[in-house]
Amino acid sequence: MAEHKETYYAAEDLAKFEQVGRSAPEAWKAFMKYYGPLMQDGHLSKREKALIALAVSHGEKCPYCIDSYTRAGLELGLSPDEMAEAVHVAAAMRAGITLAQGIVMNNTLDKLSF
Amino acid sequence: MSDNRPQPTRSEARQQEVLQALEQARPSFESRLQGAGLHPLKATGITILQLNVGRVCNQTCRHCHVSAGPGRPEDMPREVFEQALRVARDPRIGTVDITGGAPELNAHFRWFVAEARALGKHVIDRCNLTVTQEEGQEDLVAFLKEHKVEVVASLPAPDKARTDAQRGEAVFDRSILALRDFNAAGYGLDDPELPLHLVTNPVGAFLPAEQAGLRERWQEQLLREHGVRFNELYTITNMPIGRYLHWLEAKGQLEPYVDRLAGAFNPVAAERVMCRNTLSVDWRGYLYDCDFNQMLGMTVDHGAPPHIRDYDPDRHHGREIVTAMHCYGCTAGGGSSCGGALE
Ligand code: SF4
Ligand code: SF4
Repeated sequence: MAEHKETYYAAEDLAKFEQVGRSAPEAWKAFMKYYGPLMQDGHLSKREKALIALAVSHGEKCPYCIDSYTRAGLELGLSPDEMAEAVHVAAAMRAGITLAQGIVMNNTLDKLSF
Repeated sequence: MSDNRPQPTRSEARQQEVLQALEQARPSFESRLQGAGLHPLKATGITILQLNVGRVCNQTCRHCHVSAGPGRPEDMPREVFEQALRVARDPRIGTVDITGGAPELNAHFRWFVAEARALGKHVIDRCNLTVTQEEGQEDLVAFLKEHKVEVVASLPAPDKARTDAQRGEAVFDRSILALRDFNAAGYGLDDPELPLHLVTNPVGAFLPAEQAGLRERWQEQLLREHGVRFNELYTITNMPIGRYLHWLEAKGQLEPYVDRLAGAFNPVAAERVMCRNTLSVDWRGYLYDCDFNQMLGMTVDHGAPPHIRDYDPDRHHGREIVTAMHCYGCTAGGGSSCGGALE
């Protein structure tokens, strides 16, 4: 029996992104004016920007952005190896950032210990 | 003229039905042409005669719109080649473009190439590269060089993983061997008489990358990693036809893919679709506006005779083109034709 399961994230909802602008439209327009041109070729190429966006999407764990920027990457001629390396950069950064918090731990330990 | 048209095969009829069904929920291609002021779409004069000499191939690629393979029986007989030579005498036709399958496997290929060159025609061989490594084809590269045939070769990606995923195991390694043979003969270097161009189709259900910048990246990678060179790189959109159509259906990607194509409709690309200057011939001598229509069994129409034996310059050069949903593949983004995207 087909069962309708309610989920917070659904693939077809990606198309609803623009509906976020149905309220506070001026703020939405300002965002689009910033986001749209920024992702075009500039000092960095569209490909480089797509790789950064893909890495950030993983770091921020946004399935919509991962879907979008994987597709965009394919259509910009990025290879699966290039995309996977970008994801590793995001993963390594997260690991490093977690470890860097050890400084606070050590400082606290030093403060409180003999 | 409809009495001497071939009956579509079961597979052609089914593909036409699938594409027609897609039109229910989407704007028709013709309506988009209308919006661009291009309806009815007319040929601007035939400059390229393209022969699809059959479906025999040494490969069975996943994106193949011809559904070609080793076991296919379709193979152009000498009589049709002779008729094609008669048509190629038309002085407005400067180029004879030979495709398949792997056209080099046809028994009349070499004789025909020599004859077309003797007529002063520019000849293009659409080569899958690996055919040069097959038994009996050891002298193919030398033959092509002798007749100064332009080679347009398929390679989906400059790496093994993606190439083999689309075209079959070991295809990348064998393609590199072929490219080395072509380079050793002088192809793909600086001699304008020995051009070696590559054609890339996306490895899946997405649009090709922009042509600009891609060639330089490929040239650098292929030279650095494999020591091989080529001249131009053409990007070609996968058409929802043949084996690729089956793959899209099996993956549940047909509708999203066609939406992607239709959503990227580009009127500039529509103006420059290849059917406007090409006439396509099948192995039996039937005529089509392009190789894609050929695979759907949609012969030329609108008063243009459907068989090469009845070739009539007055009715073929300016004929109205037969279009359908698959045509969105030619007009998406930068466009796509046998010569790649628009520059
Ligand atoms: S795409 Fe070309 S090489 Fe591959 S099976 Fe089809 S005809 Fe053969
Ligand atoms: S599919 Fe064929 S008929 Fe349709 S636009 Fe492309 S080249 Fe022309």
